[in-house]
Amino acid sequence: MSKFKKKKGGELPAISTASLPDIVFMLLFFFMVATEMRQNTLMIENKLPAADQVEKLDKKDLVMYIYAGKPSQRFESQYGTESRIQLNDKFADVSEIAAFISAERASKREELVPFLTTALKVDSDANMGLVSDIKQELRKVNALKINYTTRKGDALSGLKN
Amino acid sequence: MAKRSAPEVNAGSMADIAFLLLIFFLVTTTIETDSGLSRKLPPLDDTQQEDVIIKKKNIFQLQVNKNNALLLNTGGEEKVIEIKDLRKATVDFLDNGGGVGEDACRNCQGNRNPKSSDNFDKAIVSLQNDRGAKYDVYIAIQNEILAAYNQLRNREFVKAYPNLDMNFVEADKKYSDPRTSSSEKERLKEKLEAIKIMIPQKFSEAEPKKSN
Repeated sequence: MSKFKKKKGGELPAISTASLPDIVFMLLFFFMVATEMRQNTLMIENKLPAADQVEKLDKKDLVMYIYAGKPSQRFESQYGTESRIQLNDKFADVSEIAAFISAERASKREELVPFLTTALKVDSDANMGLVSDIKQELRKVNALKINYTTRKGDALSGLKN
Repeated sequence: MAKRSAPEVNAGSMADIAFLLLIFFLVTTTIETDSGLSRKLPPLDDTQQEDVIIKKKNIFQLQVNKNNALLLNTGGEEKVIEIKDLRKATVDFLDNGGGVGEDACRNCQGNRNPKSSDNFDKAIVSLQNDRGAKYDVYIAIQNEILAAYNQLRNREFVKAYPNLDMNFVEADKKYSDPRTSSSEKERLKEKLEAIKIMIPQKFSEAEPKKSN
């Protein structure tokens, strides 16, 4: 009697994995869209100080980054342990900042130039002399909007006294 | 003739390829946005400027030495101050309202010490640091001074616009948010400007001195 044919074995049918690529592709597209490649390889130590009165730095294309800090271990033998400035992918001198700013300005559309902000990513162990030199250079080329990039956190807890 | 169908391509490895790409993008992704303290540098001006006479009581002078100690000089006294006490000291100074006559401060709630600042508009915070001072100390001081200004601006903002149900910092954040509609921005801007005029950030940084 075929009507009451017993089910063969207890086997579960295999779950179809045909939609797996679709799911993975969906994730893939999300990350492709959300990805921003790191522009600069850091050659310095860059542990940012903490602050809590921060403002977000939107519009990444309108930001110029200046890094400063101690050369990381690989470069210590070559560049010493004194804090240095890094522009793009190489160490730079304070006097090179002016050229860097004008190069950045030239690469942007003219009407956006007044909105450019300079983000100072300075290591918390750096001394103020270096930062003041950078600021002085920025004043000379009239790049007055700056942002001290920080971590979010309690500014006082990080201080070691 | 029998109909020959094209042999099906085995798509089993498709998932593997996609996973490989996925992992690559996962690793290279940085979604964080930077945040920090925004400041504006004073323009470099070579022309000789007239010295402005400022009453000593209206200056809140901070000095950082190369050992990262902080010296405060205000209201006729000099003292060493801890960074954790700086916020309160700054608020007390700004909010003092010691002015009389046309310098009187209507919105100040301080203890009206005649030796301290006249009003929000007159009060100046000045910071000078040694070249040897550490950057994180400098940021902490900047942060505390900004916090003091924000605290007072919040208070006045809530007092002036109680039905808005947000404070100055929240309103400012909303103003700079690209999702806020332009009509709302227009309204917020007006209010933010009014508070900024009432409590201007008069924060001057002297050029650092060399340590000997």
